[in-house]
Amino acid sequence: MRAATPKNGRRVGDKVFLGLLTVTGLSVVAIALLMAWTLGRDAAEPISRFGFFGFLTGTRWDPVSGQFGAWPFVLGTLITSVAALALSFLPALGLAILSAEYAPRWLATIIDYIVDLLAAIPSVVLGIWGILVLAPFLRDRVYQPVFEWVLERAPDQAAWLGNPTGYGLITATLVLALMIVPYTTALARDAIRLVPVEQREAAWGLGATRWEVLRLAVLPYARGGITAGAVLSFGRALGETMAVAMLIGNSARLPLTLFGPAATMPSVIVNEFREAVESLHLAALMGIGLYLFLISLVVNLLAAWLQRRLAPGNVGL
Amino acid sequence: MTGQRISGGPVRGSGANLRRRYLRDRVMLGLVVLASLAVLVPLLIVVWYVVSQGLSALDWDFFTQDLGSPTRAVTGRPTGLAQAIAGTLVVDLTALLVAVPVGIGAGMMLAEYKEHRLNPLLRVLNDTMNGMPAILKGLLIFTLVVRPSGTFSGFAGSLALAIVMLPIIARATEGALTLVPWSIREAGLALGLPRWRVILAAVLPVARPGLVTGVLIAFARAAGEAAPLLLTSLGSNFLPRDPWNPLEYLTKAADTLPQRLYSLAVSPYEQWHAMGWAAGIVLLLLVVVVFLVGRLLTRRDH
Amino acid sequence: MADPAPAPRIRMETRGLTVDYGNGRGVRDVSLRFEDRRVSALIGPSGCGKTTYLRALNRMHDLTRNVTVTGAALLDGEDIYAPGIDPVNVRRRIGMVFQKPTPFPTMSIFDNVVAGLKLVGVRDRDRLAAVAERSLRQAALWDEVADRLRSPAARLSGGQQQRLSIARALAVEPDVLLMDEPTSSLDPAATRRIEELVGELKEQVTIIIVTHNMQQAARISDVTTFFLDGEVVESGPTDLMFTNPTDERTEQYVMGRFG
Repeated sequence: MRAATPKNGRRVGDKVFLGLLTVTGLSVVAIALLMAWTLGRDAAEPISRFGFFGFLTGTRWDPVSGQFGAWPFVLGTLITSVAALALSFLPALGLAILSAEYAPRWLATIIDYIVDLLAAIPSVVLGIWGILVLAPFLRDRVYQPVFEWVLERAPDQAAWLGNPTGYGLITATLVLALMIVPYTTALARDAIRLVPVEQREAAWGLGATRWEVLRLAVLPYARGGITAGAVLSFGRALGETMAVAMLIGNSARLPLTLFGPAATMPSVIVNEFREAVESLHLAALMGIGLYLFLISLVVNLLAAWLQRRLAPGNVGL
Repeated sequence: MTGQRISGGPVRGSGANLRRRYLRDRVMLGLVVLASLAVLVPLLIVVWYVVSQGLSALDWDFFTQDLGSPTRAVTGRPTGLAQAIAGTLVVDLTALLVAVPVGIGAGMMLAEYKEHRLNPLLRVLNDTMNGMPAILKGLLIFTLVVRPSGTFSGFAGSLALAIVMLPIIARATEGALTLVPWSIREAGLALGLPRWRVILAAVLPVARPGLVTGVLIAFARAAGEAAPLLLTSLGSNFLPRDPWNPLEYLTKAADTLPQRLYSLAVSPYEQWHAMGWAAGIVLLLLVVVVFLVGRLLTRRDH
Repeated sequence: MADPAPAPRIRMETRGLTVDYGNGRGVRDVSLRFEDRRVSALIGPSGCGKTTYLRALNRMHDLTRNVTVTGAALLDGEDIYAPGIDPVNVRRRIGMVFQKPTPFPTMSIFDNVVAGLKLVGVRDRDRLAAVAERSLRQAALWDEVADRLRSPAARLSGGQQQRLSIARALAVEPDVLLMDEPTSSLDPAATRRIEELVGELKEQVTIIIVTHNMQQAARISDVTTFFLDGEVVESGPTDLMFTNPTDERTEQYVMGRFG
């Protein structure tokens, strides 16, 4: 029984439809390519003036004198992101194990909801809590006391402690760590759930305790997803803007003190954007955007590659 | 080939060894629970603070008055975030209007035309954009729209948010469509329907819950973003002259809740801090509700 | 010239063992005895409960929800389901080989074999190496892998992986070895090797094997038990079961009239 549309009409319909879809696909491609292109183009001035690596590693950022170097922010980003990952990894993995292995179904569902909700909490909400609650708390209960203690006992060491305002690397890292937990947890949890029951049974059959089954059969098998989750979390940490901008103190100096203010690549963009009237300043911010783009790109590709490479089907790792 | 039992005796689980293993088992469980609490407790603390600090500022004025200058709040005159709420509605919904067709289209491309040459590039770039920091998306729109047009605008903000939503919707669409069993497509094709009708009339309805969830999740994500908006819609302390005309928000600088929350939080005024908490409640509610609805939709269909 | 056979010693026994899944399927009231140094086969059509029964013998059902096990299962006279009995230890003394070969893919061949030993606390490297060699020889795999013990276990063929699984189970010197359709995912050549292996292994360990392949049961087992719809229909010496069964249902199954 043939459809009423004649063959030609069917082909036209298909062609138009595919055409429309191709337009949408091309839009996505275009956006991505445009991002790379505009960042590169707009950052041309500082990069040509200071050199690609010169601008990257320059340590002076002084809009007034026209000297721009991205290193304080690159360093700030790396320090906060690495520290946040280190801090968040075990708790995130713990949550994944709790949900996927130990908890009964109803509890696991609740845990999963809470983790997803954590991922959905806007950065600014964590930021305002950080500014109005966490930072003062840390300043009064931790930073200030430590600072005074050091001032008394070893005053020459106080320099690398910095000024304990409450806004700085530590406060920002703590909130950042909380924010990136869900990405590791989600991927780790899925990877753990995907471990075939035969693997678990093989370990059970050998006479293993629950933890030993995890250690022997489950976690090694799931390591691809777990690692990919960690890398994904790291990628999110790199680009996290608002909470960090609100808590890191925003100083353009190298982040060499424990308690003192610092900045990251996203935070400086958001902070200096309005004041960047002069074109070199704005172009320098674009340059930082470019570096951020490149680093993010590499990390995201790495996460995808890792997840494939470390899947148990592939031998050799 | 029969083997000999090696000397050293048969291997028996000794009492001490077994007890140690069970102890380790219990300790590990304890550590796992502890680690989880290290995340869950701070989360609860944050939510508790937001609610307890913001509730008092959530009055009628909050929803009906605009912000004005700081002196208004400091001197106790009526003030609120009406301009931010209205701006959020206009900007976010416009973003949806842009992102949904393109996102679903791209997802369909990936799922239904797997053989197309564009797809490998599309998939890689889509996933890349998914992981890109939102501030970069704001920078892009600043360069492409704000600069040439000479003004910050709500529409630029919508475009930036649309780019945030796009990869999420595309990915969710691809996922939902791929889950539809092949037999449905076969049945449609066997009836003589052209490919595009099979997709739209047979496959899409089945995948609809997944699609809707994807859109909702994308919306929730974008609704909380402040960084891209700071670079595109900038913000405003006042309601537009005609607060009911969406174009007023789209053509000029517009205020949105996340960006306003940031400004209020970093300001030195206590009254503004209180409204910041209240804005936090509104954002949390928005995000939680959208999320739950999305979740319920997928639940119901299983 | 044969030595006089020693008096048959009962290694494992179940008395009224019932496994209830809550939906009617499972096994009911199974009382069987398994003699030392014998291969006992459990046969029957799909869903008859033979695998369910097998898994009850090393308390694998402990890990499934909504399952109740009643009755007794005795290893050397001791009920493994008695309160206070440690299931971890039970599973070391009663080993299991599964349908799909399941080496731990991220580990080497050597690490796989000694995995169970390390659990029990054996650390001495010489001892581990010696046991690994012994187990791999028992599983007829040593000659093939002796020169590459440290290479990943995932690189072995299906048949080799299954022998590795057997070696792993044997390394902790179990008293009983349960085998759940161990050759159903292997090709005929690999299957034959494993069947030869079973014949050799029965000298060291009591073997209880579930198989859906009657010919296999006829080839390798000393005693056969026929399950149907969760109950034991008949149990006896293999040659009798296949040539002159008592129950009519057994006869029909053996003659190929059932699934």
